[in-house]
Amino acid sequence: MKISRLLAVSVLVLLTMGGAAWAETVKVGVILPYSGPNAQLGQQVDRGFELYQKLNAKGTGGHTIEIIKRDSTGPKPDVAKRLATELITRDKVDIVAGVVYSNNAFAISDVTRKAKVPLLIMNAGTAAITTRSPYTARVSFTMWQAAYPLGKYAYEKMKIRTAAVAYANYSPGKDSKNAFTKAFTAAGGKVVADIPFPFPKIPDFTPFLQSVKDAKPDALYVFIPAGKWATGVMKTYDDLGMRAAGIELIGPGDITQDSELPNMGQVPLGVITMHHYSAAGDRAENKAFVKAWKEAYGADSTPDFFSVQGWDGMAAIHEVVRRLNGKIDADNALAVWKGWKFASPRGPIMIDPETRDIVQNQYLRKVEKRGDALANIEVETLEMVKDPWKELEKKK
Amino acid sequence: MINSLVSIAFDGLAFAMILFIISVGLSVTMGLMGFVNLAHGMFAMLGGYIAVSFVRDMGVPFLLGAPLACVAVALVSIVLERLLYRRLYGADELQQVLLTIGLVFMGIAVCTFLWGPLNVQLDVPLYLKGQVDLGFRRFPTYRTFIILVSFVTIIGLWYGFERTLLGAKVRAAVDNQRMAETVGINIRRLFTLTFALGSGLAALGGALGTEILGLTPTYALEYLVYFLIVVAVGGLGSLRGAFAASLILGIVDTAGKYYLPAFGAFFIFAVTIILLLWRPQGFYAR
Repeated sequence: MKISRLLAVSVLVLLTMGGAAWAETVKVGVILPYSGPNAQLGQQVDRGFELYQKLNAKGTGGHTIEIIKRDSTGPKPDVAKRLATELITRDKVDIVAGVVYSNNAFAISDVTRKAKVPLLIMNAGTAAITTRSPYTARVSFTMWQAAYPLGKYAYEKMKIRTAAVAYANYSPGKDSKNAFTKAFTAAGGKVVADIPFPFPKIPDFTPFLQSVKDAKPDALYVFIPAGKWATGVMKTYDDLGMRAAGIELIGPGDITQDSELPNMGQVPLGVITMHHYSAAGDRAENKAFVKAWKEAYGADSTPDFFSVQGWDGMAAIHEVVRRLNGKIDADNALAVWKGWKFASPRGPIMIDPETRDIVQNQYLRKVEKRGDALANIEVETLEMVKDPWKELEKKK
Repeated sequence: MINSLVSIAFDGLAFAMILFIISVGLSVTMGLMGFVNLAHGMFAMLGGYIAVSFVRDMGVPFLLGAPLACVAVALVSIVLERLLYRRLYGADELQQVLLTIGLVFMGIAVCTFLWGPLNVQLDVPLYLKGQVDLGFRRFPTYRTFIILVSFVTIIGLWYGFERTLLGAKVRAAVDNQRMAETVGINIRRLFTLTFALGSGLAALGGALGTEILGLTPTYALEYLVYFLIVVAVGGLGSLRGAFAASLILGIVDTAGKYYLPAFGAFFIFAVTIILLLWRPQGFYAR
C-alpha cells in the first residue's frame, strides 16, 4: 500500500520535472505583404524563412515552431497595427516577425512595446525603428548602412562631384537620401536636385527624371522600395538616354534587386550599388543557400536580399527557441539576440548588443554579365558596418 | 531653361493625349445621355489588360494588339449597355452611380482574378524603345509614338463629329434630345453606337497608356478622378473642351512634378478648383 503510494508520488514528481524537457510549441506571428502589388517582396521573405525551417528542422531543440501568417497588403500602418494586435491578443503569439515596410514597422512597434513581445524585423530599414521598442531586434539592414558609405565612395572613388537624389517619399526614402547627402556633401560633393517620388503608388518616372537629365549632374542617386519600382526607374533611365548624357545611376541594392534583374534587359549593366547581399556572392554559405533555393523553388527563381533576411530571421528564431528551451519571454529573448552571431549567406552578421540592430558587411557591387544573365558582382567589401545613424547620434 | 520647357511640353503633351483619348468617351456619353458613368475607367483598364494578353500571351504584334483590344472592349460595352445601362437612362443619378460603381468593383475583382494584382506593362517592341532624334533634340520614342497616334485619332474624331451624318446626329442629340427624336433620329441606336465608340477609345488610351499610368486592377478607381476632372473642366459633351482640359491638366501636372516634386498632385487639383470657380460649367458647356 505504502509502496504503491510512493510509486505514484514519484511518478508524478518525475512527470512534472520531465515537463521541462517536453516539446513546447512556440507561436510566431509573421506580418508580410502577401497580396497586392507588392506581394512579390513578401513572398521572397516567406520563401527564405520557410526554406530555413525545412532544412534545419532539428535546430529548435525538439520544440515546434508554429508560424501564423498575416497579410499586411502593402505599406498600410493601420492594417499592420491591427494585425499585430490580433496576433498578440487573440492568437497569443510569442514573437512577431516579418515586416517589409518601415511605416508598418513603426506602427507594429507601438503594439509590441506595450505588450512586451519580441519583434524581429526581417526587412524594414529606417534607422530609427529599433529605438521604438526595447524588444525589437533587426536582422535586415538600416538605410544608412548602404547610403552613408556610398556617399563617400561616390565622391572619392567614382569622382562624382554633383548628384541628384531621388527617393520614394516615405521614411526609409528620406533616411536613405539624408544618409547619402550627409556623406556626399561632407566629402565635398554637391546635391543639385532633391526629388521625392510620390508614394505608395508607382508613379510615371519620366517628368521627375527628365528634370534630373536637364540638370546634368554626374550621378543620380535613387532609393525606391525594390520590386517593380526598380524596373520602372531602370526603364525610364534608359528611355530618357540618361547614361548617354553622362549621368551615372547609383544607389542601394534595391535598384538592382537580384530577383528583378531578369526583367530589366541590359540597362543595369555597369550600375554601381552598395548593399548587404548579392545572390552572386562568392561564399560557401551563399553557394549552398542559392543551390538549396533553386532546388526548392525552381531554377528560374533567384533569392535576393529579402530572401536572405527571411533565412537569417528564422535562424535567429531557432536560436532563441533552442536557448530558452521553448519558453519565450521578451527580456530573455532579447538577451539571446544581443550579440548573436551567425554565418549568413551574406557573410558574417551580428546583432549589436547595444542597439539591437544588425552589424554586417557592405559590398560595393557592379552589375556584370555572368553567362546569359546579369548579376551584382561584389567588387569591394566594407567589413562589419554598424548603423552609421546610431553612431552619429551617440556622438551628439 | 528652354530645354526644360520643351521637356515639360513634350511629356505633358503625351500625358494629355492619353487623358483625352480615355476621357472623351466619358464626356460624350455624359453629355449625350446624361448618364453618370463612373465605370468608364474600367473600360480603359480592360483595354490595357486585353492588349497585354494579346501581345504578351498570344504573340499578336504590338501595332495590332491595341486596336484589337479597342474592338474587344467596344463589344463588351455594347453588351453591358444593352443589359444594364439602358435600364437606367433617365433614372436618378444615385441609381446610376450605384450601378456603375458596382461595375467598377466587379471589374477590379475580375481583373485581379485574371491578371493578378501586380503592375503589368504592355511590352513595347524594340523599334519603339529608346530615343528618337527630332533634329533639335532627342525624345523618348514611345511617347512620340503616343502623341502621333493620338493626333491621328483626334483628327479622325473631329472629322467624324463635325463632318459626317452620324456626327451631326450626335451633336443634334446632345443639343436637344427630344427635337432630335422628333425629326426621326434613332436615339437608342445612337446611344449604343456612341457608348461603344467612347468605350473603345478609352480602351485604346488604356492600352497605349500603360507606360504612363501603369496598370493594376485598381486603375479604374485611381484615375477616375482625372477623367472626371477632364469632363468637368472641359464641359459636358464637348470635344474641344475635353481637349483643352486634358492639355492644361497634362502640362500642369508634368510641370509640377518637374519643378516642385514635393507638392505631389497639389497643382492639378489647385488648377481644377480655379478653373471651375472661373467657369463652373466648364470651358465649352453646351
